[in-house]
Amino acid sequence: MAFASALKCRECGREYPTDPLNVCEFCFGPLEVVYDYEAISRVVSRERILNGPLTMWRYQDLLPVDGDNAVDLQTGFTPLMKAPNLGRMLGLDHLYIKNDAVNPTNSFKDRVVSVASTKALEYEFKTLACASTGNLAGSVAAHAARAGMTAYIFIPADLEKGKVIGAAIYGPTVVAINGSYDDVNRLCSELADTYPWAFVNINMRPYYAEGSKTLGYEVAEQLGWQAPAHCIVPSASGSMFTKIWKGFKEFEDLELIPKVHTHMHMTQAAGCAPIAEAYEAGVTRVRPVKPDTVAKSLAIGNPADGYYSLKTIQESDGDATIVPEEEVVTGIQMLAETEGIFTETAGGVVISGLKRLVERGAIKRDEVTVAYITGNGLKTLEAVEHTVKPVTIDPTTASFEAEVLSA
Amino acid sequence: MAKLRVRFTFTPELVQEPIIWQLGQKFSIVTNIRGADVREAFGWALLELEGDAEQINQGIDWVRSTGIEVQLVTGDVIE
Ligand SMILES: Cc1ncc(COP(=O)(O)O)c(C=O)c1O
Ligand SMILES: [Zn+2]
Repeated sequence: MAFASALKCRECGREYPTDPLNVCEFCFGPLEVVYDYEAISRVVSRERILNGPLTMWRYQDLLPVDGDNAVDLQTGFTPLMKAPNLGRMLGLDHLYIKNDAVNPTNSFKDRVVSVASTKALEYEFKTLACASTGNLAGSVAAHAARAGMTAYIFIPADLEKGKVIGAAIYGPTVVAINGSYDDVNRLCSELADTYPWAFVNINMRPYYAEGSKTLGYEVAEQLGWQAPAHCIVPSASGSMFTKIWKGFKEFEDLELIPKVHTHMHMTQAAGCAPIAEAYEAGVTRVRPVKPDTVAKSLAIGNPADGYYSLKTIQESDGDATIVPEEEVVTGIQMLAETEGIFTETAGGVVISGLKRLVERGAIKRDEVTVAYITGNGLKTLEAVEHTVKPVTIDPTTASFEAEVLSA
Repeated sequence: MAKLRVRFTFTPELVQEPIIWQLGQKFSIVTNIRGADVREAFGWALLELEGDAEQINQGIDWVRSTGIEVQLVTGDVIE
């Protein structure tokens, strides 16, 4: 049973029924799910959560769908690992890695798509769709397969082969679009208005976005029912950043955890940092940019939740860090070499951003700090290809000793 | 028929031009203004465009060619 009671415009406050809608008809503001928290507080408890499945669906009372019918690939409840080696290197005694790269399609997108596809089935849509440069494509295709839905995946024509295969293997119709990034955006928005499909991040967006709250719930539960002092998060649209914070605040309001004092630290790569640039300039209007970054999964030039992310920074007394492009790969290497976790470029942005935060004194040695690793390194091999050089030898001991041991 | 919700951002030189009216005329698009703030220094307008998809596309290209920035109100949707 779901406790979502309405959709509400974040700008003008008008309410709508829980339909497949994403913008306010009057002011075009984004819609957000409203819950009956009174009813939730009567049923939810730590014990009920602890008795739930070891997936994101243990928090189904706080998600806008009926969890009993979830399109479920066993997403979530991913490891929160202590990171002593990286912590020592950076000077942090309580550093944790939230390893969301181990989700079914290897990124946190399974959380949002699991909710969106469940909602799509509730509405009796037959088709699931998205426009993607990688992570979202794989997740939507996999969930559609699991749910027995038809899938359309729209991609830019120049997308790397590995990412195309990672989505195509699940059997969707993959449509490569010849045209600029702007053209792909425009076409998909038009299609979403034309066809009776569930576009996960367009007409399903209010529900979809709620899936990221589970990244807040899980970390709070895994830390022994408390929110950390610091979260370091990679942002594209900014949605996940705002929802992790919302997750902590809901848990606080429901008295599942004590008062939240978390500082939310956003990280973006220099080649696409519209939200962090607005933060640095001290303005609330996010100026769109043309993305040009090695962190392809974070390349959203006109972020839907830019303004709300800046509000989250303000409310949580957090900040935003711009990571230079050349430090993205360094961050990937740092995490792999210290903790044995291979992340994609978004994780490289987080780790290098974390290093900068510690260096500038924003995080103290004894504070509980969580770095969110949201995608798997095998997704962006081309970004690190140039950094690895195996040694080649002849099949003799002499060659091994000469080329390897004495090198 | 297609529909697209967009935000136009104007620079000072363009604030005085009747771009939205021309867009409707040249491309047979219904331009429904949902919000606007036009000042001397800059301006923006929120619009719903309705018409033939190809005409909307060409219309937006034309608006961009005048120097006005055009963005989807929902933000970018390629994730
Ligand atoms: C691996 C990864 N991390 C982080 C993000 C950022 O998510 P958001 O758009 O919610 O800011 C994305 C996708 O956009 C992603 O693919
Ligand atoms: Zn509104």
